[in-house]
Amino acid sequence: MNSLIPLLVAAPLAGAALLLLGGRRLDRFGHWLATAFAALSFAFGLALLASMLGRETAERQVDVNLFSWIPVNGFQADVGFQLDQLSITFVLLITGVGTLIHLYSVGYMAHDERRRRFFAYLNLFLAAMLLLVLADNYLLLYVGWEGVGLASYLLIGFWQHKPSAATAAKKAFLVNRVGDMGLSIAIMLMFAEFGSFAFGPLLGSEGTAGAVGQASEGKLTAIGLMLLLAACGKSAQVPLQSWLGDAMEGPTPVSALIHAATMVTAGVYLITRSASIFNLAPDAQTTVVVVGAVTLIFGAIVGCAKDDIKKALAGSTMSQIGYMILAAGLGPIGYVYAIMHLVTHGFFKAGLFLGAGSVMHGMNDEVNMRHYGGLRKYMPVTFVTFGLGYLAIIGFPGLSGFFSKDKIIEAAFAKGGTEGWILGGVTLLGAAITAFYMTRVMLLTFFGEKRWQPDAEGHEPHPHESPSTMKIPMIVLAFGSVFAGGLFTLNSSFLHWLEPVTGHAEGDSPLSPLTVTLITTLCMVAGVAVSYLMYGRSPVPVVPPVGSALTRAARRDLLQDDFNHAVLVRPGSALAAALVYFDSRGLDGFVNGLAATIGGVSSRLRRIQNGYVRSYALSMFGGTLVLVATTLLMRSV
Amino acid sequence: MNPVNYLYLAGLLFTIGASGVLIRRNAIVLFMCVELMLNASNLALVTFSRLHGNLDGQIIAFFTMVVAAAEVVVGLAIIVSIFRTRHSASVDDSNLMKL
Amino acid sequence: MSYLLTATCAVPAAGAVLTAALPAGTDDGRRRVTKIVALAVSLATLALAALVAVRFEPGGARYQLTESYSWIRSFGITFSLGADGIGTVLVLLTAVLVPVVLLASWHDADPERGAGGTADPATFENRRRTQAFFALILAVEAMVLVSFLATDVFVFYVFFEAMLIPMYFLIGGFGDRAGGPESARQRSYAAVKFLLYNLLGGLVMLAAVIGLYVIAQDQGFATFDLPTLTGAVADGKLVVNPTAEKALFLGFFFAFAVKAPLWPLHTWLPNAMGESTAGTAVLITAVVDKVGTFAMLRFCLGLFPDASKTFAPAILVLSLIGIMYGALLAVGQKDIKRLIAYASISHFGFIIMGIFAMTSQGQSGATLYMVNHGISTAALMLVAGFLISRRGSRLIADYGGVQKVAPVLAGSFLIGGLATLSLPGLAPFVSEFLVLVGTFTRYPVIGIIATFGIVLAALYVLVLYQRTMTGPVKDSVRGMHDLKVRELAVVAPLVALTILLGVYPKPLTDIVNPAVDATLSQVHETDPAPAHPVAATPGGEQK
Repeated sequence: MNSLIPLLVAAPLAGAALLLLGGRRLDRFGHWLATAFAALSFAFGLALLASMLGRETAERQVDVNLFSWIPVNGFQADVGFQLDQLSITFVLLITGVGTLIHLYSVGYMAHDERRRRFFAYLNLFLAAMLLLVLADNYLLLYVGWEGVGLASYLLIGFWQHKPSAATAAKKAFLVNRVGDMGLSIAIMLMFAEFGSFAFGPLLGSEGTAGAVGQASEGKLTAIGLMLLLAACGKSAQVPLQSWLGDAMEGPTPVSALIHAATMVTAGVYLITRSASIFNLAPDAQTTVVVVGAVTLIFGAIVGCAKDDIKKALAGSTMSQIGYMILAAGLGPIGYVYAIMHLVTHGFFKAGLFLGAGSVMHGMNDEVNMRHYGGLRKYMPVTFVTFGLGYLAIIGFPGLSGFFSKDKIIEAAFAKGGTEGWILGGVTLLGAAITAFYMTRVMLLTFFGEKRWQPDAEGHEPHPHESPSTMKIPMIVLAFGSVFAGGLFTLNSSFLHWLEPVTGHAEGDSPLSPLTVTLITTLCMVAGVAVSYLMYGRSPVPVVPPVGSALTRAARRDLLQDDFNHAVLVRPGSALAAALVYFDSRGLDGFVNGLAATIGGVSSRLRRIQNGYVRSYALSMFGGTLVLVATTLLMRSV
Repeated sequence: MNPVNYLYLAGLLFTIGASGVLIRRNAIVLFMCVELMLNASNLALVTFSRLHGNLDGQIIAFFTMVVAAAEVVVGLAIIVSIFRTRHSASVDDSNLMKL
Repeated sequence: MSYLLTATCAVPAAGAVLTAALPAGTDDGRRRVTKIVALAVSLATLALAALVAVRFEPGGARYQLTESYSWIRSFGITFSLGADGIGTVLVLLTAVLVPVVLLASWHDADPERGAGGTADPATFENRRRTQAFFALILAVEAMVLVSFLATDVFVFYVFFEAMLIPMYFLIGGFGDRAGGPESARQRSYAAVKFLLYNLLGGLVMLAAVIGLYVIAQDQGFATFDLPTLTGAVADGKLVVNPTAEKALFLGFFFAFAVKAPLWPLHTWLPNAMGESTAGTAVLITAVVDKVGTFAMLRFCLGLFPDASKTFAPAILVLSLIGIMYGALLAVGQKDIKRLIAYASISHFGFIIMGIFAMTSQGQSGATLYMVNHGISTAALMLVAGFLISRRGSRLIADYGGVQKVAPVLAGSFLIGGLATLSLPGLAPFVSEFLVLVGTFTRYPVIGIIATFGIVLAALYVLVLYQRTMTGPVKDSVRGMHDLKVRELAVVAPLVALTILLGVYPKPLTDIVNPAVDATLSQVHETDPAPAHPVAATPGGEQK
């Protein structure tokens, strides 16, 4: 059974290789091949889950060591996999949602001439993401970590002929590289401190303590902060959040799979996986919580101001991951709920993105919500599935988001003390804003009067429901959005499932769970109400109003790009230009000057050589005379 | 006769040859002056041989004569061919390889 | 005594003579014979090199397959060859790259294609142009191979310097299609600059070689034999006073640092790589320059262990400057080939850093880096050469949207670029990470600063890719054809090796590790121990 674990990664990898190398022959059925490989991986995942459920809790973790990867004296990096409850949860999310999105893409990308390559990249992404969550050491995790970055780069820039897409792809990769630097340094710190970076010896498993226990808190804080930097890059957390909005240049299925459901949550996985380190480094944990809280509000504000449906959802993704990071930063109180929210978010956010894609599909690829309106009659399936996703994300009682978000808010209060109150307040505020902007998206898109505009070539939009390859994934995800949270909370099943890996502690909340739930629901209702008053009762202008200073800043992603541009890009390019000048004028100028001086001196010396034999003879005689005279003189002295 | 006198003669001949090389421009004359210098040194070598009572000097003189003969053959041939093409035996006129 | 090593070096040398002597001609048939002969010779060399690698026993003696022939007896100079782990992998690299370069340069020396010759194929200089180009490349290969295998300091010096002659003619005589009217002048400038820089380095080294001999002779070691000398130094039988040792170290190091090149001695490289053909550029950066870094490991560390340790921090700082400086300059370049040249300068910074970090990870990483950098830069540079040969311009601004018209070319370029930025899973990542880890364990601050280099690497590679390959198709690239079969045959082995060595570098590390351990023990260094050691991960067992 365990031999299935490498196959989990190998199946989509083989698919990617086959599709990339296979050439045009595979154009006709390549997409189905890719979907089959994804589904195969999902089937392997299910089989492994079944086998894991059949074992005792203590024996659920499985290690497979494939081969020695980089052996250099003390530095031993292996290619090995570790499958436990945490990784299988991710595996099923990745392959499950991944397969659905492969299916969706069959319809969505039907008319793209480079469809085969798109599916190859999707398969590549699945392989890298599975490697990330299955690796049994940080260096192999790093391979998956950058592998998903590569797939994300290729897919954001899939429509490379658009300069905006190419730029967005480059930006995503670069910002992620800054995060990767953090992971790099974290691994180096681990190696220098412990001589290893494998999960087993380092973090320990249930019952056995890892090596981290012996290290000083300062070292662990440093490692934790570097891991956090990595997580910030991949999960678009402040201050490395700026790439996610631009990443929406990619095809919508990509946004759903990579930039909503799976890849961007890798940061949460990293922090949860490194729980043993963070638990011993309270300062690092506090930083994690702060980053999560700031991003939560940041993303929510950005989401309120965007008129581009995908960018509004991207802001929301950022904000929801902020919730997860915050929960992960809370320590054992929050790990399980971070992952639970991650899974439910994977369902409803992927569903929302697919819905957005379906809307765009029917509206000539229009993304501006101010040009939508009244679409519920024309796209009933999309409306219903999107609506269920909407209810889930705002935390409508009984749906997935309600259970998972509620738990995080409870955990935030349970942190205790002033901190607990602040964090609880922030998460509640976030819940209210979430309700506000999601209601706005809903109202602008599906309700109100038609504000449709002809596209650049003058075609009037004719909204229509999408083909069934696109509808089925949306329906399945809608089911997930509705029921997943409830299932997980029933008998605290998710808690018992993950607890052996992540550990769990109950905090002492100043408020009873029921109170928290009530307040959360009130906040949600308030957000919905405000949004309805602003967008539901009066017609929405097609041209956006000027808005307040905050709105304008939020439309520009709260000036993050301007900040990066002023602080990093401009000084950076100035430095590069200055160095180019220095290299050609300074270093090279010095050398060339030296050469010119020597040249000048020798051209003067050359004049002595006049070409007349007798003058050479004279100098020879002169020289001889001098020599003889000197010899004689020396002898006489 | 005091053999030292031969040395004086050799010095005189050498000086005459050297001054000729430095002053004259005609290739033939230059050539003769070089020969004069060679013969002056031959004379000096033979004299030293006599003074020291061994044969080293005479042997070297033979070498010099052989080399001088070879040199005359090549040198005269060059001078004649230059004279044929350029109608001048002046060394200053042959400057094709000068920059 | 086996003759394998001599044969490995002699085959390309004989091939060079043979190629040069083939009948001159301007028709395609005669030229093709020349090219096929040269390719066959390089493939034969590859076979011999592979045999060397197979016969080499990783656990065996430091120098294996040794051969020695008397040369200049009065100075104790022998023509001796011997393969150690580091030399063996570099011999393999050279032998793999030369056929690839030959195949990539197939038409570069045709008078009517490449710049540098007049278009009239019947002129005297053009009649032998193809023969000259291919013979010169084989001559360089032969000399590089001897340098990697020489165990006699004097023999190494001779071939280290002699290499300059064919390289000079390759750079000065053969350019790419992009040359304008100015190009002949710029090319000769580049060739002279290359020659002068390296000659200067070589002369300083010659003085140091003589100095070493004089000192060794005084103490009864009238020999240039490297194992004898390093053994005597290690045993304390040959004692060089510290001042003299430092001077000698600097003399050797200067020559190697020019060749490697280390900041601030690097300025010849962008000129030489920019003006020559893509094949020559690969030969310079992937093969010839490696002799410099290789020699640091073999000669500087072995002969002058104490001086090496004294100067290590200063050299690390220079290499760190080189990493950042090369990367920043690459960002600012407008010329594709110069950009790759500056990227190489940054990578050489990593290699030298790994060597002088004096840890087994650093030095194993540096050795792997030499191999991986050779392969990845070759891939990037040769594909860039294919691109330039289609459009006839080296300027980034002249391209745009190439991926639309030539997707395979663009894809190959991207893979080469990703390898250059050390994407995990590809070969350069393994070596770069080892170098960083190795440096970090001894000098944490330098290690952390060097890590910034990976961000800059991503910047210059992706900006290059974005500007040339993506965006709307420019008129100038419209109708550009995709890679041909010959060009695919160039790219495919490089890409395959990049992936293979990224996933499974163990065959190389097995050969390299013992040699690195031996080098480290020469300088009396051990790895810094981790503060809290944990047992190595259990291999292959399942819970």
